[in-house]
Amino acid sequence: MKIAFFPQCMIDMFYPEVGEAAVRVLERLGCELIVPKNQVCCGQPLMNAGYVEEALPAIRSIVDAYAPYDVVVTPSGSCAYAIKCDYEKYLGADPEYGPKIKELAGKIYEFTEFIVDYLGVTNVGAKLDGKVTLHKSCHMTRLLGVKEPPLQLLENVEGLEYVEMEAADRCCGFGGVFSVKEPEISEQMVREKAELALATGADYLVGCDQACLMNIKGCLDRMEAEGVLPHPMKVMHIAEVLDSGKEA
Amino acid sequence: MTTSHVIYDDAPLRDRVKNALADDFKHNAIKTAQDTIVGNRNKCAAADPLWEDLRWEAAYIRNHVLENLDYYIREFATNAQAAGAQVHFAPTAEDAVECALDIFEEVKATSCVKSKSMVTEEIGLNEYLEEHGVHAIETDCAENILQTAGSKPSHIVVPALHFNRDSIRDLYREKKGYAGSNSPEEITKFLRSNLREEFLAAKVGVTGCNFGVAETGSCTLVTNEGNARMAVTVPETQIVVMGAERIVPDLRSLDTLVTLLVPSAVGSKITSSFQVNTGAAKDGEADGPKNVHIIMVNNGRSDILAGEFRDMLRCIRCGACMNNCPVYRHITGHGYGSIYPGPMGVVLTPLLEGYENTDKLPYACSLCGACDDMCPVRVPLHELIHQHKINLVEENHPGVPERAAFDMAGKVLGNRRLYDLATGSGALGLKILGGSYGALGASTAWIPVLRGWTSSRDMDLLADVRFRDWFRKHDAVAPELDEQGRSVADRAEEARKASQEGGARA
Repeated sequence: MKIAFFPQCMIDMFYPEVGEAAVRVLERLGCELIVPKNQVCCGQPLMNAGYVEEALPAIRSIVDAYAPYDVVVTPSGSCAYAIKCDYEKYLGADPEYGPKIKELAGKIYEFTEFIVDYLGVTNVGAKLDGKVTLHKSCHMTRLLGVKEPPLQLLENVEGLEYVEMEAADRCCGFGGVFSVKEPEISEQMVREKAELALATGADYLVGCDQACLMNIKGCLDRMEAEGVLPHPMKVMHIAEVLDSGKEA
Repeated sequence: MTTSHVIYDDAPLRDRVKNALADDFKHNAIKTAQDTIVGNRNKCAAADPLWEDLRWEAAYIRNHVLENLDYYIREFATNAQAAGAQVHFAPTAEDAVECALDIFEEVKATSCVKSKSMVTEEIGLNEYLEEHGVHAIETDCAENILQTAGSKPSHIVVPALHFNRDSIRDLYREKKGYAGSNSPEEITKFLRSNLREEFLAAKVGVTGCNFGVAETGSCTLVTNEGNARMAVTVPETQIVVMGAERIVPDLRSLDTLVTLLVPSAVGSKITSSFQVNTGAAKDGEADGPKNVHIIMVNNGRSDILAGEFRDMLRCIRCGACMNNCPVYRHITGHGYGSIYPGPMGVVLTPLLEGYENTDKLPYACSLCGACDDMCPVRVPLHELIHQHKINLVEENHPGVPERAAFDMAGKVLGNRRLYDLATGSGALGLKILGGSYGALGASTAWIPVLRGWTSSRDMDLLADVRFRDWFRKHDAVAPELDEQGRSVADRAEEARKASQEGGARA
């Protein structure tokens, strides 16, 4: 099965290990992956800040890059939602791109959604010892509506104990440009998110959106630097969890 | 109008947020209130198997009314007049307050008892009456606290959330000669005995209206304490001030909306007081006002109806959106500086006041969509807030430097070659700043571009080898195969083919 993979730009730039883990998981399941050369960013940070016109080059280049493939998978719930639902709003009426966008919307899957709903697998044979809590990112959970797949996959990881954090689906305060435009508000939100995750006593905080994870990790790292981190908690993308215990 | 009644604090958003965050009591009170109300609301919703359907029905009812608003306003007004009320149409806030003052002059009243109404706040009724020698006494407990303290509402349904029993005790001790303890019962009793005299003396009662019922011409009031009942039954003259769009077609649709309103607003199934008031007291009836005036306020609603924010007019002012908003949670109602705070306020305030004084407000939102989940009439709040952001950019409110930055970002993120230049192996900027710390820490918070992030969070550095560069060179992992030599993907593909063939045969 040939899959076009959209790594998401932050994973590409800052967290390649997440993309690498996702690739290994999908390859083990028998997928043959393609990463189109010209893909970069879905344009979501620009769109959400209100810069629709400025986002169009990014939108067009993603559509051009992925339109030729039958199935597209991305380890980012919010990018999947942007491509699936937002593109239509801003470029749906374009005679050239409109039809391609409609088609692309029907064939893009978030990583865990693809594994569970498309491939029909909830156990990928991963092993990870420890307590895990999940940050249920907003656009993936609420807008894309992918709620169960990450939980189903985590449940089947050997050695893993899942603990639900309080307000798991409350925004972490990232919100794209929101995090730097309104830092006073954003830092309150991420601090509370980090504290609620820490309160579970989890060894790992897991999520399906690297941008949220970068935000929460940034907060935990700062707490550690300031000596106020009650216990270590490693931040992991779910792809890394599903790739665990496989290296040997 | 020289000053706005909707915006009570025109300090910059950032200052309002800082002030709100500096008040630990208020911050914690809002968090606790949110957790309690949303927790109870969710229990009510979970206990009702029809809850989500009711939300669709309510959205449909409100849309239907908006699509036929001329018809329903006429039906409502005709039936209200047939029941003995006088209906006044106020195109603007000024018209509304002048209309109210005329009524006071007609019945020669210089004071009134009032029960909570958002739209009277919106049009600045109390201030206008005061300027013209008419004193309005707020009788809703929370409103009375705010009026006594000269404070502003921090929520639209529970407006005195930023007070606790101690501060309320101290307030009444200082301002009204209260001598009791901080017990809510005792304070309420004191307030009751004070207000009872006002109720009995009042010639005019002023209330809001949750819903006007078109088929009967009735005005409904949903409250948690019943003081509104005094305000509409004792005085001879009643003035109802309502947003002109707050109509439901009939009692049946009223049932749907009230069933949703109460759990959404306060997390309980029912309230202690719910009234359907129809017209004036008839001859021989002991209770009820002899004169009833209904002032239907437009104040910009026609423009909203005609534009891209029409869905906002479905709003029934329950406050559920702010109860679940992670931004409201921290900046509290006062962070918004508007009588309409939270997500509904972020949508509505710029519509009522224009972008000039509100162009930062839509940025007090991370677009998480938690508000949409709660809204009983399914207003797509986060999409409307996003529309404000789009409009603000189109009208160039964020300014030239920001637009230039986004334009540049768009070009880089939309062009792989430029992106390679910015992030490939030659891009060393962030790495040098990171130094031996290995990330961007607190020491970089002086740099303007980074400050927003690194004043409170570390930032990881660009990777040495980007994902795309790794991918190009990587050796694929061998698929895991079952006994028949098939991978998961093979099996999924086979199943897909089989079901397609089955579908084709059928």
